[in-house]
Amino acid sequence: MRISKVVETMQPSGIRAFFDLVLGMKDVISLGVGEPDFVTPWQIREAGIYSLEQGFTSYTSNKGLYKLRLGIQRYLKNKYGLDYCPDEEILITVGVSEGLDLVLRSIINPGDKILIPQPSYVSYGPVTELAGGVPVYIDTSKNDFKITPKLLEKHIDKKTKGIVLNYPTNPTGVSYRKKELEEINKVLIKNKVLCISDEVYADLTYDFEHVAFPSLPKAKSNTVYFNGFSKSYAMTGWRIGFACGPKEIIAAMNKIHQYTIMCVPITSQMAASEALVSGKRSVEEMKREYNRRREFMVTELNSLGLKCFRPQGAFYVFPSIKNTGLSSMDFSRKLLEEEKVAVVPGTAFGAGAEGYIRMSYASSLDNLKEALVRIKRFLRKRENNAG
Amino acid sequence: MDEILDILEKDCRTSAEDIAKMTNRKVDEVKKAIKKYEKEGAILKYKAVINKDLVRDNESEVRALIEVNIVPQKDLGFEKIAERIYSFPEVTSCYLISGTYDLLVVIEGKNLHTVSNFVAEKLSCLENVRGTATHFLLKKYKEDGVILKHKSENKRIAISY
Repeated sequence: MRISKVVETMQPSGIRAFFDLVLGMKDVISLGVGEPDFVTPWQIREAGIYSLEQGFTSYTSNKGLYKLRLGIQRYLKNKYGLDYCPDEEILITVGVSEGLDLVLRSIINPGDKILIPQPSYVSYGPVTELAGGVPVYIDTSKNDFKITPKLLEKHIDKKTKGIVLNYPTNPTGVSYRKKELEEINKVLIKNKVLCISDEVYADLTYDFEHVAFPSLPKAKSNTVYFNGFSKSYAMTGWRIGFACGPKEIIAAMNKIHQYTIMCVPITSQMAASEALVSGKRSVEEMKREYNRRREFMVTELNSLGLKCFRPQGAFYVFPSIKNTGLSSMDFSRKLLEEEKVAVVPGTAFGAGAEGYIRMSYASSLDNLKEALVRIKRFLRKRENNAG
Repeated sequence: MDEILDILEKDCRTSAEDIAKMTNRKVDEVKKAIKKYEKEGAILKYKAVINKDLVRDNESEVRALIEVNIVPQKDLGFEKIAERIYSFPEVTSCYLISGTYDLLVVIEGKNLHTVSNFVAEKLSCLENVRGTATHFLLKKYKEDGVILKHKSENKRIAISY
């Protein structure tokens, strides 16, 4: 056997088949997309182009361009009052994805457990396994998709090394207020569980101010913080993010990073620097637009009879489809085949999400409306058949 | 600015019902607000932005930007003379500007001839107009925040995490 056991036993085939079905179909209205429908703001693209014209085509230091790390330091200081040293506590990574892989490989000894509240983004579990760790999934579906101190304590044992927290959450759009985070933080500190905080959707928080986990009392030395440019600046394809944390962890991560990635492409780094300088207005504009679509989708889905709570962030709604009697996968497949609307079955994000689907509202209002018309037709047809 | 105005400015076809859903307000409240804006003149008009290069008919038109130098009048400044100029139906926009010239006037005509006639016979001979400089518009790239190009197709893959 040529393939390692870990890789061979890794992750689902069912979802893959569904994804292939979507990709093979024409004229689909897709609400299954996990990235903004905006193009990267022009001034950021222009900075990338200009850097190429100027001949910036070389490697950078492993940690990333100093001016970008400095920009990140200032950004976090202004926004959250956080002070990370650009020399030792900030690392530029190929998206948050690379950063997560790095931190898990840096901290896990064989058999160490990593807590993963679910539903969650798909990579946390597999990457933990690749690093030799044991993912411990915490089903949050009975707690409004939120992790609570009680749930946490129930799952912590001597082997627990860390937790991957993601808020606003992909796929549910759920986020946490300061008070809730403080309670979680207390449990983590008491039990010496490292917080791996994926806050890539932070700038898309609608109902209250986002609170960065390391800005909580005593949390900074117990947290590795992740953010990126993909979601807030619509820069998914540039593949650039960053990690901030205690210097010994960042140094360990940089060890792996220097042998595997070397450095993030310089064009992306130059563009990201510009994003921090002049991107704020674009972020605000996009956020305003998403917020309207969020309100629109929540109202419409509820009136169609798909119970949908009001998410606080990201660009996803996570309605329940339980009253259709269909499984997430069947609902998604039938909706695709009959009405050519693509959504992602909740089960893609963990078993606790059976009975839910993820719909992205990173799509124009016209698209959203047309999708809703089709979903309505789809639901009526089922009702009629049942009646 | 009120969100309602922002939404309408982006797409004036958005119905009061949809605006209500988008802003989490009551439909009646939105309708009332829009009526009020219309009455006060905050909302002046609803219109489509048309790329006339793509409209095939014979009524092609010529546009020109004209810089106008005027002598301000005592007590009235530029107001009165500006009014005399912008009241001509050929004038589509009129701005008071800083710099060498005083007014920037945008005019539209059927052809070069009608535009130059307007400048020569109407505009230049107004009492307070000291001089003009006419710039004919050759191509429009962007207008009112809209890039005049076919929308490029969506480049995202149809499904992703």
